[in-house]
Amino acid sequence: MTQSKGKFPVPSELETIPGTEGWERMYPYQYEFVTDDPERQKYDEETFWFYDGLHYPEPLYPFDTIWDEAWFLALSQYSHRIFSIPPVMGVDHRMKNGYVYISPVPVMDPKEVEARVPAFMERAGYYYENWNELEAKWEEKMKKTIAELEAVEIPGLPVLEEMSVVTEGIGESKGYHLLKAYDDVIDLGIRCWQYHFEFLNLGYAAYVTFMGHCQKIWPDIPLQRITQMISGIDVIMYQPDEELKNLARKAIELGLGDAIKLSPQFDKVREGLEKTDSGKEWLADFEKARYPWFHVSTGTGWYHHDRSWNDDLDVPLSSICTYADKIAAGQTIDRPLEEVRKERDRITQEYRDLIDNDEDRDAFDQLLATAKTVFPYVENHLFYVEHWFHSIFWNKIREVGAIMKEHDFIEDVEDIWLLKRSEIKDALWDLTTAWATGVKARGPKVWPKEIEWRKGVMEKFRAWSPPPALGPVPEVIQEPFTVVLWGVTNDSLANWSEVAAAGEAGNVTSFKGFAGSPGTVEGKARVCRTVKDIGQLLEGEILVAPTTSPSWAPVFVKIQACVTDVGGVMSHAAIVCREYGVPAVVGTGHATKVVKTGQMIRVNGSTGEIEIIG
Amino acid sequence: MTGHRPLVCRFDDCNKESIALVGGKCASLGELIRADVRVPPGFAVTTAAYQQFIEDAGLFETIYTKLDNLAADDIAGQEKASETIRTLIEDSAFSIQLEDDIAEHYRRLSNHCNRPALPVAVRSSATAEDLPNASFAGQQDTFLWIRGIDDILSNTKKCFSSLFTARAIAYRIRNNFQHRDVAISVGIQKMANSFAAGVMFTLNPTTGDRSMILINSSFGFGEAVVSGEVTPDVFMVNKVSLDTVERTITRKEVAYVVDAETHSSILTELPPERQRVQSIIDEDITELARMGKAIEKHYGRPMDIEWAIDNNLPTGSNIFILQARPETVWANKRSAPVSGGAKNTMEHILSAVMTGVRTS
Repeated sequence: MTQSKGKFPVPSELETIPGTEGWERMYPYQYEFVTDDPERQKYDEETFWFYDGLHYPEPLYPFDTIWDEAWFLALSQYSHRIFSIPPVMGVDHRMKNGYVYISPVPVMDPKEVEARVPAFMERAGYYYENWNELEAKWEEKMKKTIAELEAVEIPGLPVLEEMSVVTEGIGESKGYHLLKAYDDVIDLGIRCWQYHFEFLNLGYAAYVTFMGHCQKIWPDIPLQRITQMISGIDVIMYQPDEELKNLARKAIELGLGDAIKLSPQFDKVREGLEKTDSGKEWLADFEKARYPWFHVSTGTGWYHHDRSWNDDLDVPLSSICTYADKIAAGQTIDRPLEEVRKERDRITQEYRDLIDNDEDRDAFDQLLATAKTVFPYVENHLFYVEHWFHSIFWNKIREVGAIMKEHDFIEDVEDIWLLKRSEIKDALWDLTTAWATGVKARGPKVWPKEIEWRKGVMEKFRAWSPPPALGPVPEVIQEPFTVVLWGVTNDSLANWSEVAAAGEAGNVTSFKGFAGSPGTVEGKARVCRTVKDIGQLLEGEILVAPTTSPSWAPVFVKIQACVTDVGGVMSHAAIVCREYGVPAVVGTGHATKVVKTGQMIRVNGSTGEIEIIG
Repeated sequence: MTGHRPLVCRFDDCNKESIALVGGKCASLGELIRADVRVPPGFAVTTAAYQQFIEDAGLFETIYTKLDNLAADDIAGQEKASETIRTLIEDSAFSIQLEDDIAEHYRRLSNHCNRPALPVAVRSSATAEDLPNASFAGQQDTFLWIRGIDDILSNTKKCFSSLFTARAIAYRIRNNFQHRDVAISVGIQKMANSFAAGVMFTLNPTTGDRSMILINSSFGFGEAVVSGEVTPDVFMVNKVSLDTVERTITRKEVAYVVDAETHSSILTELPPERQRVQSIIDEDITELARMGKAIEKHYGRPMDIEWAIDNNLPTGSNIFILQARPETVWANKRSAPVSGGAKNTMEHILSAVMTGVRTS
């Protein structure tokens, strides 16, 4: 591979932050950029790594690394070992100061690439041909996995086992059950992520193919026009938000517009509603909507601290009230579905009409059809995995944390996240064997001290800005995710590093990202670092956020435009903004650092340009 | 009279079938009107009128005997014949009937535009085979800011005589066209009093991308843009969404504007505070692109269009199309399909993953 001049640092040039020495033990050992193995160090230095800020805008807690390991395995295995995508193997991972760096791994030998073709054609071909059938199967597998997770019981450890253990000849103790339950939860998590990638690589490959075809015919076509042609409209990612709207409508219908606004706390509102029949009726609907639709994370679902609506009912309540106010004020809260659909069809037809030969038109039709078939999965899997499954998963681990706290292994349930999942397993062995034996476990003297130190390390990690990329930039990237999902191109990397350099001087007046959704507007910026900040957002402001997720949905009816740090044209913010007809610029790298709340900014969602005008 | 062929024909009554009668330029303006595109109103003095003029003046035999025996390499002879013939034509008078017909159409045009002695452009409109190409003819015989019937008639004759420039004569000899068969029409068209003007391509001339529209624009009349005397503002518009995706605002130092006293266009320097101002407003960019799209649709192919924005009319009804012709550069280049021989979806996907995406 020919390489352009490296403009990013190599791993060995990155500092270890004073006071964090030894941080590497918080993460899997293979994630380390090493210095004690010359061969591996050479590989690390000669490889192009980019910071996965899309998934990890913050440093990773040791436990949360589970999903990184899960997709490290799953994405790579599907590309390399299952579908044999000819020129790419997997995506390699490293960590520095708590941040994840990844690198698509190409197949270097052209002969080997060629040799991989027949298997790819047969295997990927089978999936594309039987897509709908296989996808229906997927949904069943996924629902079963979630049901199994919900059924896992995390048992406490009794002083004396129940009599039934004896009378029914069970032959197993609660100590063993605790160890097994923990293993089961972890195993289900890994399994769920196996499914996560079953269709995703091929989905992106079909998308990239359609994109490539369009770009060859129309070199100047904006990416967002391409995605607009294939975007799903009735995808389940919008369902949680639809449920909130329905509840808002129902509240108005039942004359409960004021009752639901009694307090920002759901418990108080519930108390009030339980006193009337109409209130009870509404609460029944509310309960029905919760499963599964409130299993939606307030963040991306990748972090344990992204609590779900079910964990904090004040969050959906606040959105329901926002919608109810809009209805009461005579405004519409419906997504303009018909218009979006019509506009999509018009754009598709107009581009199609511009093709001047049959061969290209036929290919356009075929590839568009395939892209449209695969696309719902690309959007829908998020709800099943990152939201529904994860929401339940984090709480199961909290139950384990509660037992560890009870046995003085940790001081607070939330301390469990500072341990790696293998360390938790070790600690549970310590805990159960000591419980079984009736002796003091070693853990209470080991873990609280270590956790205290790790909390300090995490603080220091948070204050560190990870460079957007490391090492030399390759000229061509074949890995379908890298470009589409992370939006990694020379341009975007150059923009990121430019802003990073200028941002420190505090004198950035304009910067660029990906044109995510068309249109130009000027307005006041509102920087929201997490979904908790969206309450402060005023009608007509421009949202500036690290990234968005389905639980941010209620802001899209309020805002004039949206700007994110991370994400390509397929990211959540870009997709939703196109749906709502709101301009968006995504993947700017550093918008939340550069823009301050209250500043006037101009957002051009057609070109990706952002200007700070005052 | 030449049978039922009219001597004068309003643009509204011209279309692509009438090239032999009114020439390419006037036929194209008629087509634009049929496509609901706003063009400055006017009429054509037809090839029938030309032929009758030559006949009435008794010039037919005189002209053609002078040309009959000219050799292809006799440059001096061609020059001399051209000079003689052109003088003969320009010095001859129209018949009363022809003069009245043209004058009546001019009077009606002036009335229609609410201006006595309406300033017009007088330009030749060649029938395709006679002259090498439209731009060759067009450069020589466009007369702007003509007012009054006398000046119109004399400039019409100048257009007639442009059929016999030395270059046109040589071209016909080289290509074996019969001098006797050629004819020319002349378009008489209201001068657009343009605030800004320019050209528009309904594709990206750099990449050939048909989903884009490129607009060049500068202050005053379009001559400044066409002749290259200013670097125009550039707007790249997405044809499908009509978004302006790229804009370059240049420094426009000069403009052709109308001189109030002589009623002709003069080159003036723009005041410094106007030089870096965007020459047309965003709404006009969108409207122009919309018109470009309609014209392309009517012709079924990418087009090269001259346009102007009128100074005296309100936004929404002030954009005029002066000329539209098929784009030729990419039309000739358009080649193999991009599909590269992939026969089905899987082959396309394979080829896409093999190629990857360039990072730059």
